[in-house]
Amino acid sequence: MTRNRQGLVFALAASMLAFTASNALAYKVFVSNEKENTISVIDSETLAVVHTIKTGNRPRGIILANEGKWVIVCASDDHKMQVFDTSTFEYVKDLPSGPDPELPILHTSGNPLYVSNEDDNLVTIVDIFKGTIITDVPVGVEPEGMGMSPDGKVLVNTSETTNMAHFIDAHTYKNLDNVLVDNRPRVAEFTPDGKQVWVSAEIGGTVTVIDAATRKVVGKVNFEIQGITKDAIQPVGVRITKDSKKAFVALGPANRIAVVDTATLKVEKYLLVGQRVWNLGFTPDEKLLFTTNGTSNDVSVIDVASLKVTKSIKVGRYPWGVVVAP
Amino acid sequence: MMVFTGPGLRLARSVFCRPHRSVRRGFALLVAFVGVLAASAAVSVAVHAQAPAPAEQPAAPPAPAAAPAADAANSAAEGDILKIRILMAREIREDRLPPLSLLDIPPPDDGVAGAKLAIADNNTTGQFLKQEFILDTVQSATAQELVAEVKKRVDEGIAYVVVDASEATLLAISDAIKDKDAVLFNASAPDEGLREEQCRVNIKHTAPSRSMLADALGQYMAWKQWRKWLLVIGPAPEDKAYAEAIRRTAKRFGHKIVEERVFNYDPGSRRSDGGFEQIQQQIPGFMQGAPEHDVVVVADEGELFGDYFPYRTWTARPVIGTSGLFATSWHPAVELWGGTQFQNRFKRLAGRLMRPLDYNVWMAVRSVGEAATRKKTGDGKTLIAYMRSPEFELAAFKGQKLTYRSWNGQLRQPILIATAKIHVTVSPQQGFLHQLTELDTLGVDQPETKCTAFKNK
Repeated sequence: MTRNRQGLVFALAASMLAFTASNALAYKVFVSNEKENTISVIDSETLAVVHTIKTGNRPRGIILANEGKWVIVCASDDHKMQVFDTSTFEYVKDLPSGPDPELPILHTSGNPLYVSNEDDNLVTIVDIFKGTIITDVPVGVEPEGMGMSPDGKVLVNTSETTNMAHFIDAHTYKNLDNVLVDNRPRVAEFTPDGKQVWVSAEIGGTVTVIDAATRKVVGKVNFEIQGITKDAIQPVGVRITKDSKKAFVALGPANRIAVVDTATLKVEKYLLVGQRVWNLGFTPDEKLLFTTNGTSNDVSVIDVASLKVTKSIKVGRYPWGVVVAP
Repeated sequence: MMVFTGPGLRLARSVFCRPHRSVRRGFALLVAFVGVLAASAAVSVAVHAQAPAPAEQPAAPPAPAAAPAADAANSAAEGDILKIRILMAREIREDRLPPLSLLDIPPPDDGVAGAKLAIADNNTTGQFLKQEFILDTVQSATAQELVAEVKKRVDEGIAYVVVDASEATLLAISDAIKDKDAVLFNASAPDEGLREEQCRVNIKHTAPSRSMLADALGQYMAWKQWRKWLLVIGPAPEDKAYAEAIRRTAKRFGHKIVEERVFNYDPGSRRSDGGFEQIQQQIPGFMQGAPEHDVVVVADEGELFGDYFPYRTWTARPVIGTSGLFATSWHPAVELWGGTQFQNRFKRLAGRLMRPLDYNVWMAVRSVGEAATRKKTGDGKTLIAYMRSPEFELAAFKGQKLTYRSWNGQLRQPILIATAKIHVTVSPQQGFLHQLTELDTLGVDQPETKCTAFKNK
């Protein structure tokens, strides 16, 4: 979701509008605060909160759309999504969803949007420009994670209580396959080369790696941290670098990010961040990674090259999702 | 709370609410629905426009055009579906007095609704794995009759039985089926003996034990530093058992019971137009002259008087135990760890709030479903062995995996500390450490267990 194809042109235009000229490459980091009903906007250069957007109730999943001009957030308790302008931070419009929308994802072409509705065993497909529901696809109990193949052909949805990754044809909405994963799957993420799907299991404590072509489980990432009980290792957010070589996995109440070598599936390093870390977002240049730490109300900043946590930034209450705009 | 805005959503609900009950139908509708959508975008828009009709007549198929596809899917899948039967056995306990508060009157489907939700949840996964879970229920007010009926069903091949019964009845059922490849899930009895001296290899306990409940409360009191307890014990045998668990907890976590008082109370008739005037006099009188204490711990599982204590004590002290602040496996107001969706699903199915018994039963039926999903079979021997293995884990809206203790079959679980209205905290509390899992700081732990039946099994 943080991978976006917007060119430098927009980045420049946006930064000139909103920030000083010296910050030509500053990105805007949008963090949804689940308990506060706000989005905190952070400047990636100064690493300070520059604006707070008031949202609907219980903002969770957050993505960019319309070539980076929009940020779309699920207002879960209002049973809808909301669109805000990434330059002016003004409210643009509402988008419909099913009950309790949680995680949206865009088709690689930019439209439509697919959103999981946690309370209704459905994935809703929405035309973001017309603001209409195209259709609903029935899936398992408590749909959650949404992954889109880089070629735009396959959507992967996880269902938390059914413990499956559902492979869905992104155009016909036909259910192609259902792959059993560990307990309470949360996030589904394709490797950017399109070869694998990584599915985190919050209660199972693992990440299942599925071959995207055969839809067979080809490996599992296990985590072990000295001094932390197994019960506290609860993988949620997964982000993979553009070269498909490194994966970053947020481990929930273990308060750490695991850095995983995608070739060996071994953890290279654990990075200590804030409390109950859930979701992750790269800057478009992949130099920084932002993490949402729900219980400590902050965002940790990771320097991707050195694998060091460089700063924590206070945001709103219960930060949930994060996306970075050029 | 739920607002459904578009006709499209209404269609979706009518398609997907029902199939929980029937896998074949669910699968057929899914195929049918997808079939319609696949036709073209224009067609799917048209379907949405017609949506209110099927919503009003829930039995109708989503669209006539889809019917042949549905039939084809039906017959093709027919032979392949594995049916897994789960029995719920309820002992109707007529000797129980009605509760003090009208809010606490148990609904007629207490526990059974939890089983139905778990069956629906199992079947949603099952439809993708060609497994269908079916619930049977037997109930009786006579223990012998219930034992005989369960034995008959187990003889006929049922391997999984969820039991809501007294300790004695549960043990009788256990002994009656001990040579069979069948397992019982104790969803209601908190008695320590069932997990200790009287433990049986063929019983798993999804209901927390009294010692787990008391420890959960005691840990929070330690966190609060409310160390001095005045213990008030009711006349029923279970009140004495609860008081015993409280004494054990106090000793374990360094609390002091400054005095014990026995509240011998003849409840008389429950429903009357008056009575508060006398209770208002009676409770402070009873509590007069007590040594200095931080909290009043009420042991009243029989529900005779406990709820009369808060706000009526002689000195201004909080009430904990079986009333006031209490420990429980589930609470209808809990929204933690995805609980909101779980509560909503239950409300849609049962038309009421989820009670602890519903939750305990749900965990039992989901245990079978989880085992069947992982082992891809319904075979009793295989699934029972798997549920006993360290590989088994259950996700149950408690923020971490739940597992069965290998030495006595008790399900490890975080315990909610709550008032009647909302949870206050969840135990184990921070700082109570354990070498294997912090959940084993609640209740009798392996080194101290008196259960020997599981050794060499």
